[in-house]
Amino acid sequence: MLIRNAPDLRDCDVTDKGLYLRRREFIAGTAGLGLGLSAAAAGPAQAALAARKSPFSTDEKPNSKEDIAGYNNFYEFGVDKEDPARNAGRLTVRPWTVVVDGLCQKPRRFAIEDLLKLPLEERIYRMRCVEAWSMVIPWIGFPLASLLKQVEPTGKAKYVAFETLERPTEMIGQRQPVLEWPYREGLRLDEANHPLTILAVGLYGDVLPNQNGAPVRLVVPWKYGFKGAKSIVRITLTDKQPATSWNLANAREYGFYSNVNPDVAHPRWSQATERRIGTFFRRKTLPFNGYGDQVAQLYRGMDLKKFY
Amino acid sequence: MDRRLQDRLVYLAVWLACASPLGWIVWLGLTGGLTANPIEKVIRTLGDDALYLLVIGLAITPAARIFRQPRLIRFRRTVGLFAFTYATLHLLTYVGVDQFFDWSALATDILKRPFITIGMAAFLLLIPLAVTSTNGMTRRLGPRRWKRLHQLIYLIVPLGVVHYVLMVKRDINPPLAFGVVVAVLLGWRVANWASSRRTAAKPRPKAKPEAAGQGARLGRAEEGG
Repeated sequence: MLIRNAPDLRDCDVTDKGLYLRRREFIAGTAGLGLGLSAAAAGPAQAALAARKSPFSTDEKPNSKEDIAGYNNFYEFGVDKEDPARNAGRLTVRPWTVVVDGLCQKPRRFAIEDLLKLPLEERIYRMRCVEAWSMVIPWIGFPLASLLKQVEPTGKAKYVAFETLERPTEMIGQRQPVLEWPYREGLRLDEANHPLTILAVGLYGDVLPNQNGAPVRLVVPWKYGFKGAKSIVRITLTDKQPATSWNLANAREYGFYSNVNPDVAHPRWSQATERRIGTFFRRKTLPFNGYGDQVAQLYRGMDLKKFY
Repeated sequence: MDRRLQDRLVYLAVWLACASPLGWIVWLGLTGGLTANPIEKVIRTLGDDALYLLVIGLAITPAARIFRQPRLIRFRRTVGLFAFTYATLHLLTYVGVDQFFDWSALATDILKRPFITIGMAAFLLLIPLAVTSTNGMTRRLGPRRWKRLHQLIYLIVPLGVVHYVLMVKRDINPPLAFGVVVAVLLGWRVANWASSRRTAAKPRPKAKPEAAGQGARLGRAEEGG
């Protein structure tokens, strides 16, 4: 029998690979349209997150949401401050899973929905960037300690490592080797368990804007902002000090601890003062970003000029 | 169109082009485009603008030679003075707005932060060039000394680029792009200088005829390339 292989299907008939790879976005988009319509019918309060107030909050005036969501360092979406707001819209944040593993009794995967069900608190924190500017941000989140408790760290666990999503198709800044991807951060276990340390899932009563590290990010208010890993996919308990992205990039300028310290200058600029976004005059930077009463005892006996 | 009027219009266009970055900053300021940290944005933008104009200024002489448009040279002063203006505004914003005349902090910055030391040096070296840019000063110095003095720009522009390289946190591509362009523009001058030396050496009377012929051939090839 003669089988004719007529070239009735050409290359151009095949769905473009880029388009094919984005099929989930299309489905999510269509589903979102339906949800959006029903949400519109149900009322506007759908996305809001309920959160208790916290005694850890500062009474300083928070920055506007425009400033907080419009001026970001999130190199996964570009190196300019306006890039994340411009480019993070394409990040798919559902479904999202955070793996918590390493030296613990009960390693597990948390769906973002599980994390959003934890008792949430509003934490209005000062945020001091290593570039000598600062903001006041009304985060919504929960203590990292409450998550770590669930996996039962073993006695060997001394450090906690955090890993950001690596997805260059959506995180277009990852197409350039500006930093070693995925972004990595780390804390000592006692720092991670400190009640001030939170995983944030929201901001200003709503879920996190993508450019602020959606759907879940670390916030450690007494350290420079870059310690707060964004869009976290993995949290690992370890016995060794984890490698961290900025430290790998430039160890002389960015230490593992990176506690806010006006007395230790960045090699290229002073850390003695900062500009609070939205104000004109520089203000003095406080040791531990003003959280010294709560955290200074974590570093008792350590030379903070050496362990910067 | 009469030649005079045409020249004036072209000059006006160049002047407006040089002033437009300042207009752009004002426009951004009026429309809320200066980010949440406008002071830093203004300082960075003014610094970029100063470097752009310095590089354009360095490109004028090679462009005039390569495209055989000697009259381009008359724009060099305007471009250079605008570069100086942007550099001045850049420095004034840092001193008077960002640091708000905190002299001790400024002294520490200038002495301890290499990128600021270098930027400051580049600015100081620009001052004599701006001061001697007038027709009167050019005449008083005489062409030879004036030229010698203004060759300082071959040092100033690289210092500006180094200032930028040392300032950035991680993404060194933009300052490196400046560096490559400046290297090409200075490289052209080195090549030009070397070939003119060779050409000058060509008619040496005591050279062997054979060698002289070779030199002349090389000289011609150089000109053709």
